[in-house]
Amino acid sequence: MFAAAINKRSFGIAVTLLVLLGVLPFFLDRFYIYLTALILVTGLLATSLNMVLGYGGMYQFHHAVFYGVGAYACALTLIKTDLPPYAGFIVGPVVAAAVGVIMGLICVRLSKLYFGMLQIALGSLVWAIVYRWYSFTGGDDGLHGVPVPDLISSINGAYYFTLIITALCMVLIYLIINSPFGRIFQAIRDNPERSETIGVNVKRHQLVGLTIAAFFGGVAGSLFVTVEGSVFPDLMFWTLSLEILIMCLLGGWFTFLGPMVGAGIVVSLQTFVGMYTEYWTLIMGIILILLIFFLPEGVLGFFLERFSSREQAMSAEK
Amino acid sequence: MLNVASVNKSFDGFMAVNDTDLTVEKGQVVAVIGPNGAGKTTLFKLITGHLHPDQGQILFKGEDISALPPYEVCRKGISLSFQVVNIFSRLTVFENVQAAVLSHLKKTYKLFSPARNQAVRETWEILDNVGLTKKADGVSGALSHGDQKVLEIAIALGNAPELLILDEPTAGMSPEETAVAINLIHRLTAELGLTILFCEHDMELVFSIAHSIMVMQQGKSLIEGDPETVKNNPLVQEAYLGEST
Repeated sequence: MFAAAINKRSFGIAVTLLVLLGVLPFFLDRFYIYLTALILVTGLLATSLNMVLGYGGMYQFHHAVFYGVGAYACALTLIKTDLPPYAGFIVGPVVAAAVGVIMGLICVRLSKLYFGMLQIALGSLVWAIVYRWYSFTGGDDGLHGVPVPDLISSINGAYYFTLIITALCMVLIYLIINSPFGRIFQAIRDNPERSETIGVNVKRHQLVGLTIAAFFGGVAGSLFVTVEGSVFPDLMFWTLSLEILIMCLLGGWFTFLGPMVGAGIVVSLQTFVGMYTEYWTLIMGIILILLIFFLPEGVLGFFLERFSSREQAMSAEK
Repeated sequence: MLNVASVNKSFDGFMAVNDTDLTVEKGQVVAVIGPNGAGKTTLFKLITGHLHPDQGQILFKGEDISALPPYEVCRKGISLSFQVVNIFSRLTVFENVQAAVLSHLKKTYKLFSPARNQAVRETWEILDNVGLTKKADGVSGALSHGDQKVLEIAIALGNAPELLILDEPTAGMSPEETAVAINLIHRLTAELGLTILFCEHDMELVFSIAHSIMVMQQGKSLIEGDPETVKNNPLVQEAYLGEST
């Protein structure tokens, strides 16, 4: 019904959006290109979080760890090894996924809130190591002037690289969510007990889901290196995890593009309100409170609901 | 096929299931009856691996399954339909059943092929069988209670079980819904020839389809036998059936 009906239309929307984003550099100046790239990267990160949060029902409270680990692994590969430059963009996600497997093996034993709390603890451990290990990670200074490959080091190069990889990852995540694995993942979200009863190894599916999400988080991290040319420990600090969690809720965590929309809103707010006042989090807080009261399904969730109820009314009239 | 031998289970000192025996032969329909709190649901959860017995053995096709987790028990061929509706409430009716079929076909780790092309025929077959075809596209959480209980059974059928366990299939149903459910269970036994273990308060249903009945009281199995023997047993008349027979 809805899923089948929206497919053709949403495909059209996706293509239009992609074309629009593709021609953007011809119209906008550097700053806005940079901002759009940042939104895409953050949006991919939020989407990868939402894969386990909204579709898997897992309380992934510290997803930024995988973003940071991906970014650092990518940057360190570019700086310290003689591997071909683009290898960094494979190493980043793979290392993030590996960290995902290790953290997952420890965390999926617990459920719901305990899962999230343990993840925050383990993630903070990773952050502390990065924050202190000056000789390797640059400590709290981070690493700057990462030698990004020439082709993608210009602002437009970085933008197109980010756009292509983000689009590719979004397609992959969409496929995974709508695959048998994704279906079972949603079943686990709705009812873990029943999932076990129909023969699903819940813990193992959660581990696989977490690993995939960590991988895409790592991809986002590597893209951040491309856009920013530097990495710092804040990338894996828990406040960022909270921010992307808010993006998911804000955009609508039961919708596919919601987190991307949420990222757009938060990053723009951060940038534009941040220009006038350093208290932009105050504005953010007010928006969040309003959101909880008026749009509990998120911005995109709200519009989709309106959309589908209007459609139902129309088909009922026929 | 299923053999439960002197199984014990206690919660904080309370013996929920106490030295219980139960046998289910292939092709049989076996009912467990007993007053509320007799330990029927606990017994079923011991069989399906949601709980593990303190003592005793549970053999399925000759294999001890008492220590297995629920998903392993399910893969051995035992499906449970819950007493309290336990479905995937955000998924559609179709997707609910499809999830079980996907699991049965071992397709749950397929990452990139669209789910809507998978296990479709098998899922429709089950939905046709239980009469939920017209409601297949609706979100399951919005169904009426009676339909949700039918969906419960449909999900359990999705695993193509050798032994289907129904925990009070008509609990909380209106008389009309009960009639539909009873009709469905009749068809499952008659047409599909399923082996069924169930518990139920509706005595009419119990005595009309059960080949064998086990009476439970205070965690103990009081008697196990064919309906006539059970009906005429003085202990049972006193303990459970009362004056109604």
